[in-house]
Amino acid sequence: MLLVPCPNCGPMNAADLSYNGESHRRPDPKTCTPEEWRTYLYLRENPSGWLLENWYCSSGCRRHFKIERHTLTGELRAPVLPGRKPGATQGDMK
Amino acid sequence: MGKNKPPAKYSAAGLLWRGLRKQSWPRVWREPEFKSTYDVVIIGGGVHGLATAYYLASNHGITNIAVVDKQYLGSGGSGRNTAIVRSNYLTPEGVAFYDRSLDLYNSMSNDLNLNVMFSERGHLTLAHTDSALRTMNWRAEVNKLQGINSSVITPAEIKKLTPSLDVSADTRYPILGALYHPPGGTIRHDAVVWGYARGADAYGVDLHQKTEVLDILVEGGSGPEGKGPSGKVTGVRTSKGDIHAPVVVNCTAGWASQLSNMAGVTLPITTHPLQAAVTEPVKTFLPTVVVSGSLHVYVSQTDRGELVFGASVDPVATYNMSGTLEFTEELAGHVLELMPGISKMRLLRQWAGLCDMTPDYSPVMGPTPVDGFYVDVGWGTYGFKAGPVSGEQMAACVANGTTPELIKPFELSRFTEGTLVGEKGAAAVGH
Repeated sequence: MLLVPCPNCGPMNAADLSYNGESHRRPDPKTCTPEEWRTYLYLRENPSGWLLENWYCSSGCRRHFKIERHTLTGELRAPVLPGRKPGATQGDMK
Repeated sequence: MGKNKPPAKYSAAGLLWRGLRKQSWPRVWREPEFKSTYDVVIIGGGVHGLATAYYLASNHGITNIAVVDKQYLGSGGSGRNTAIVRSNYLTPEGVAFYDRSLDLYNSMSNDLNLNVMFSERGHLTLAHTDSALRTMNWRAEVNKLQGINSSVITPAEIKKLTPSLDVSADTRYPILGALYHPPGGTIRHDAVVWGYARGADAYGVDLHQKTEVLDILVEGGSGPEGKGPSGKVTGVRTSKGDIHAPVVVNCTAGWASQLSNMAGVTLPITTHPLQAAVTEPVKTFLPTVVVSGSLHVYVSQTDRGELVFGASVDPVATYNMSGTLEFTEELAGHVLELMPGISKMRLLRQWAGLCDMTPDYSPVMGPTPVDGFYVDVGWGTYGFKAGPVSGEQMAACVANGTTPELIKPFELSRFTEGTLVGEKGAAAVGH
């Protein structure tokens, strides 16, 4: 079982959260080309290693957050709420 | 098949002769010397890679080929799938493709002179809801239009075909009907790998096992280190040394993104594990392959009598192939929902394989923006049943330099052009 630490709720079973995949910056829909938009929609790095991902605490606090996870070993780093930088400590997120 | 078949080696007379004289069997394929130049390098020694090599040699006369695999042949998805084949897909593109694959599987034992134990036992996709039944009717009509033997049958007919299924109306997920596809069945997946390996080897293809690709060499590309779009592939760097080759084909399924990233090509793929399990062997009681999309399970009985179960992919992307207790519990619950009579059976083992999932549940085949770098990936949960035809079509693609009609809809460029092939309805679960 994968335990994902939600910034609000603490460790949660991954099955109780929504997994939204690799975190990418969305291009501005008003100015980007269709190719840029589709690249953002579909293309993925899919590394075997550390990856910054989007999760949604769907059966808990209903907040979106980001977290770095190792896709081979399942290790997790500290979660980050939107607008914060990865690497901030737990106390910074309150 | 090509005109010059590989030499026939296995026959009943030969078996008797060797048996009587207690002769040992020779190695099935060579342990080739490592060469630094080939015409084609194929990365990945599974069904897709070996079939591509075999058809390049047999249909197109290209034999200076290296197949490299970081493990042994068939160590990835080819040896981990549940060995089910069928062609009752939803889109006309998908149906045409898999029907050709079934044709090739049908004649495979003769073509490769190796018994792949194709058991054409029929394939049942159960519908538990009105909407599922509607999709089954839709699929049946698409299939009939394309000349595929496929029809919707009633619970009474299901009970007659497969008596162990609980078709009563008072269950949590009552069975309302099923899509019945008689040409579907199972195949010994290892034999398919060995057959293609033996066939390719007989044509002179070099099979390099335990040879990991560390980098793909590209010149003149627009990305960092000269890689990426408008570049030209010059070879691969492996754990045994560099290989120079003008053509490199990526057939690495779950690891496809990593290999393509080495060439500067980003793929629309995420890697998810799919878990499967097998029970202890019992007497034959399950005559068909049974699939339930709503219950996320598919079951078939092997020739040895074991029940093989598969499920849907795990939702979280990972390269980790260890099994989970959650999977086993869910699986057992769902199987007992379908077949309450087997509650005393014990599981022997469980395992996982890595699936290369694409946004439209369809594969990515053909050329890439890097000249000479081809992909045959994105097969997700159903690469095995498409192995022969993708090998045949990829071989034609590489040999002729143009994409054959059959795989044109599956080119990588569809993701930047926005022309996706929606196969989710028939491919999400149920293989």
